[in-house]
Amino acid sequence: MADNKITLTKRDRINVWWRSTFIQGSWNYERMQNGGWCYTLIPVIKKLYKTKEDRSAALKRHLEFFNTHPYLASPIIGVTMALEEERANGAPIDDVAIQGVKVGMMGPLAGVGDPVFWFTVKPILGALAASLAMGGNIMGPIIYFVFWNLIRMGFMWYTQEFGYKAGSAISEDLSGGLLQDVTKGATILGMFILGSLINRWVVVKFTPVVSKIQQSKGAFIDWATLPKGSAGIKEALTQQAAGLSLDKFKVTTLQDNLDLLIPGLAGLLLTFLCMWLLKKKVSPIIIILGLFVVGVVLHVLHVM
Amino acid sequence: MNLNAIQMILVVFVAFLAGMEGVLDEFHFHQPVISCTLIGLVTGDLVPCLILGGTLQMIALGWANVGAAVAPDAALAGVASAIILVLGGQGKAGVSSAIAIAVPLAVAGLLLTILARTVATAIVHIMDRYAEKGSFRGIETWHIIAICMQGIRIAIPAALILAVGAGPVRSLLSAMPTWLTEGLSIGGGMVVAVGYAMVINMMATAEVWPFFAIGFVLGTVQDLTLIGLGAIGVSMALIYLTLSKMGGSGKGNDNGGGSGSGDPLGDVIDNY
Repeated sequence: MADNKITLTKRDRINVWWRSTFIQGSWNYERMQNGGWCYTLIPVIKKLYKTKEDRSAALKRHLEFFNTHPYLASPIIGVTMALEEERANGAPIDDVAIQGVKVGMMGPLAGVGDPVFWFTVKPILGALAASLAMGGNIMGPIIYFVFWNLIRMGFMWYTQEFGYKAGSAISEDLSGGLLQDVTKGATILGMFILGSLINRWVVVKFTPVVSKIQQSKGAFIDWATLPKGSAGIKEALTQQAAGLSLDKFKVTTLQDNLDLLIPGLAGLLLTFLCMWLLKKKVSPIIIILGLFVVGVVLHVLHVM
Repeated sequence: MNLNAIQMILVVFVAFLAGMEGVLDEFHFHQPVISCTLIGLVTGDLVPCLILGGTLQMIALGWANVGAAVAPDAALAGVASAIILVLGGQGKAGVSSAIAIAVPLAVAGLLLTILARTVATAIVHIMDRYAEKGSFRGIETWHIIAICMQGIRIAIPAALILAVGAGPVRSLLSAMPTWLTEGLSIGGGMVVAVGYAMVINMMATAEVWPFFAIGFVLGTVQDLTLIGLGAIGVSMALIYLTLSKMGGSGKGNDNGGGSGSGDPLGDVIDNY
């Protein structure tokens, strides 16, 4: 038995890793990722089983319900490859055991993948890229694409190998400390960056004029007394650099007053309002459309 | 702006990629900052599309497919609004109205993706039959068909907008009065808050709120770039993790179980 043992080569595993990119391709409301899961494991089944009956049974086994975070399917794929390999080599592993491992791992792992990838890595990379792109910098999308895919592909390959080598022991290992540290560190970084982004990118500006004071003579540039031509421009710039105001009147808007407290306060309050609305189960689309309406109405009323 | 045949084909191809990724969620061609930029690249209208993509990305930060729930569709929103921006020919001035158009498109795309995912149910039943026969080829083919169906979901609307052409799109956009476009651009400055709010709702715990406050205050220092802020954030996370371990137990770490005594930072945090 031991001398003609079938093993999966590194090439098989790379093949599976590449195919796992398409795991959500036939996502459906009945069995979710099952089609993509089966598609991913086809090289394994092809290698391990030779008769039509065995192959058919394996395909059916892997068309059962499956759904998790698409990247964290990788460790489960690794474990499943190890189990299938042992089974093909005669170990008494039945369908129920394989399905049990899949179902047992997919829930907890989805719970790790959503906060780490969707709510930390993606917002941070996305916000960095978006802020560059909004300034017209092409590095924004390039950074996003390169780093996102490096992180994703590296993560999927490493965890798939990890799962394959650890076999079914992986579930226990993943609940250990390292993963929790990563999640917590990512959350801290995420919250920190979010705080600064809200300050910079949520733009709420109120235009109503609070006060309009005529400034004392000598505090503003007296345009009438400036020399003509470029000499006048030079003089005006010199005076401005010396701290003189451009206008005779000092205009203070509501926004200037708010900025004295801390810049970006209105944006912060708006974010809290949105959080509260979302917790009240208001659809984000409704909030977005509502904010556009508010923007137009307040602009027409000259408040913003 | 009028596009030639090659540009149109490339635009539809980008739309196809974005549609595929809308379900796969792997390479992220469907993220607006990528899809809009690609459309800008193939049409030669790079900078306005880049700005549009960045702005939409800010709005879409918190959109994610979690479990069986489907998020508003960034793919159709990004692709279609970028095409409209290019056809409108207004350059950067057209960005704010393109954003306003993108939001209803995200809802329309959501309905389309739900439709495609329902059709995929029929496809996996076909796969079942091939599994019965032990046919690898049959399952692979139908899986690829399912992926292409998701690509076509975005490619067809994109082709339709291209077919309608620059004229109607431009007259529609120029018919918009300035109070409306300016108001929409003010609204666009505010809607990014929704994305942030979604992310915060998912991540926030009492333990990490102080870091949010520090970030907000440091955000007012305009000289700090995002890279600089990132470095501060990473350092604080590392310091926090190290210090919380020094207390003998993982502070706030549910399976740590022990007390937080002897943990100076933990005590400070507790006082918040």
